[in-house]
Amino acid sequence: MLGKTAGGLFWMFRYLERSENTARLIEAGFRIALTRPDSAASEWASVLDAAGSRQAYNQLYDDNYEAGSVVDFLLREKSNPSSVMTAFDSARNNARLVRTALTREVWEAVNESWMTLRDALKRTVREPDLPGVLGLIRRQSALVRGAMHGSMLRNDVFDFSRIGTFLERADNTARILDVKYYVLLPSMSQIGSSLDNVQWETILRSVAGQRSYRWLNGTDLTPRGIAEFLILDGRMPRSLYFCVSKMQGNMGYLAREYGCDLPGNELVGTLRDQLQGTDIDAIFETGLHEFIVEFLRDNGRLAAQIEQDFRFYG
Amino acid sequence: MNDTPRFFDELFQADGGPREPYHGFNNWFCNEDLKRLQKKSREAETFFRRTGITFNVYGQDEADERLIPFDVVPRIISAREWARLTAGIEQRVRAINAFLYDIYHRQEIIRAGRIPVDLIAKNDAFQPEMIGVSPPGGVYTHIVGVDLVRTGPDEFFVLEDNARTPSGVSYMLENRETMLQMFPELFSRIKVRQVNDYPIRLHRSLTACAPPACTGKPVVGVLTPGIHNSAYFEHSFLADHMGVELVEGNDLRVMDGRIAMRTTRGYTPIDVLYRRVDDDYLDPLTFNPDSMLGVPGIMDVYRSGGITIANAPGTGIADDKAIYSYMPDIVEFYTGEKAILKNVPTWRCAEPDALAHVLDNLEELVVKEVHGSGGYGMLVGPAASKREIAAFRAKLESNPGNYIAQPTLALSTVPILTKAGLAPRHVDLRPFVLVSPDKIDITPGGLTRVALKSGSLVVNSSQGGGTKDTWVLEE
Repeated sequence: MLGKTAGGLFWMFRYLERSENTARLIEAGFRIALTRPDSAASEWASVLDAAGSRQAYNQLYDDNYEAGSVVDFLLREKSNPSSVMTAFDSARNNARLVRTALTREVWEAVNESWMTLRDALKRTVREPDLPGVLGLIRRQSALVRGAMHGSMLRNDVFDFSRIGTFLERADNTARILDVKYYVLLPSMSQIGSSLDNVQWETILRSVAGQRSYRWLNGTDLTPRGIAEFLILDGRMPRSLYFCVSKMQGNMGYLAREYGCDLPGNELVGTLRDQLQGTDIDAIFETGLHEFIVEFLRDNGRLAAQIEQDFRFYG
Repeated sequence: MNDTPRFFDELFQADGGPREPYHGFNNWFCNEDLKRLQKKSREAETFFRRTGITFNVYGQDEADERLIPFDVVPRIISAREWARLTAGIEQRVRAINAFLYDIYHRQEIIRAGRIPVDLIAKNDAFQPEMIGVSPPGGVYTHIVGVDLVRTGPDEFFVLEDNARTPSGVSYMLENRETMLQMFPELFSRIKVRQVNDYPIRLHRSLTACAPPACTGKPVVGVLTPGIHNSAYFEHSFLADHMGVELVEGNDLRVMDGRIAMRTTRGYTPIDVLYRRVDDDYLDPLTFNPDSMLGVPGIMDVYRSGGITIANAPGTGIADDKAIYSYMPDIVEFYTGEKAILKNVPTWRCAEPDALAHVLDNLEELVVKEVHGSGGYGMLVGPAASKREIAAFRAKLESNPGNYIAQPTLALSTVPILTKAGLAPRHVDLRPFVLVSPDKIDITPGGLTRVALKSGSLVVNSSQGGGTKDTWVLEE
């Protein structure tokens, strides 16, 4: 496979994941804005933080976190590389680039989804239409994922796609934790205000984990439980541990298929061992914030190593 | 309209009955419901969009991906007509390859005084770098798309010999695929020759031209300028269907006298490069130094037998519009036979007598740029306004050598499906020809382009033309 193709697949699936994650962040923010109108502005600000888009937003809107403009910025803004539409545009451009590596089903799913989203996001989405549009985005992402799982060979094409997905997802979950870590700190939870409860629920909502959490922990919503769930729970498909394990798996298949062990394999192995060898108390001990910052750095380093190992750019 | 139509319609005779090749189709069509057909025709568009069979239009921001409209009425060619066409095409393509070899070696045709030396020496399409170079297997034009037009029952003219990087073959294949999906019943009734093995034939033909340096099974690659190129869909389509890599210049580099592509496991040599990048952009060390699309040093590798470039650099000298007018001579010179396919009479505006004639008759002529393509920069006299003609006259007078002129041909028509039913529209035909050392292989079919505007003679997709599926009938 061409290095460029591997890179195209990796980025195509990163962008697909990003577009879906941004939609989910909007969903969580929208929800909190409806239930707690007083804290809406600061909530939208942290949604922008989690999407890594606050600075770009402020350049356009001057620190004015009004729901309509934040939603529009996150859904459609062309200058925002993480907006749903821009990320999907990039995903499709990469799909065009690697079209020879995709099954017809996957290509058509991406292309059709892109056409659907482009129509749905042609104009500013009015508030009453927002839930419908967000649902549409989720369904289109599921369509692409389904086509991929149902039709693609389990070879290096699949591995690069999966690595892109999980690298982006781990990054996203870690950024949500980074933005919200302070509401999960023990000192805060002692206060035990109802505000925290809403904040905690928002965190779960941003990773589509509120139902799963309840299945596992009942209604016992604690910061420790939430942090553990998002960082270490191997059953939770958006937890850091889950994403890293998946990357390790796919990179292992690549190493076997290519018959060589590359530096990236060692990096991902170390990252996984670290997560496996720790528990939530130890993480709180060293500091949740420090832990997340370090994870984000390692994850970024891994991405750069993969890019080099497989010659994405030369 | 008067009673005797000015144009030859390929489906209907003057008395309204169908011509022989269209009998089966017409029987089917007469029993079809117009509404159902129109609905199917709209479905075809959705199908094309979803599949992403689009082309990019230069100079248009928003709608940068457009569909070429597809018409559901097929263009049908009888086995007898096809046999005659293929004999003519084969002869012409043989002559073109012999001509190219000669032009880049001893130039016998110039010595014999059959074409003027300036026509070659002063021509931008002539590549001095190719002098003395013999391409692997002696093949210059691996892929040719000969543009034909028809004016009567047995009157076919060659309009252009596209010998550089002819495009459109993906439409030939997707149009057929679409017809098979929409109207399977037609294909069980009417015996139409298959076109869908074109990518396999192309692959076979390319590997047959592997360079001397190739030791194992030849590795083929398709070189594209990238996703913003107007024909990118076709490039990826062909790579996909041949099961080969689609590469860009920045995926390639010279290594140990070969061209190698950067893969996830290191660099792997390519033996045959089907390039869809123009000569000028192929090698910044030899041609345009600003090109980012090519591979620095590829021409050296090529000259030393390390890679096959298809089509060979410098083939443009054979399909140049100024050369075109000499084609009957060229065919005769190299094959010793009269050309089977006719040339359209052509005035070379570089010649004073011809220019005078052209200037006197602009209202009746088609005037084209010698190096133009895609229907840009041409004048269709009978369809132009007085002002357009005056403006064109000025351009022509200031640089006559840049133009040729031809009579306006009475292009044949084939009906398209409109809201009101069938309506005749002008068409042309581009069959695709594959050349390997031992074989000239012509896929039975081709791309029929159709002018969708009533009366229009311009069929180019960039000028609002559409396409039709092209059927060649079994014996």
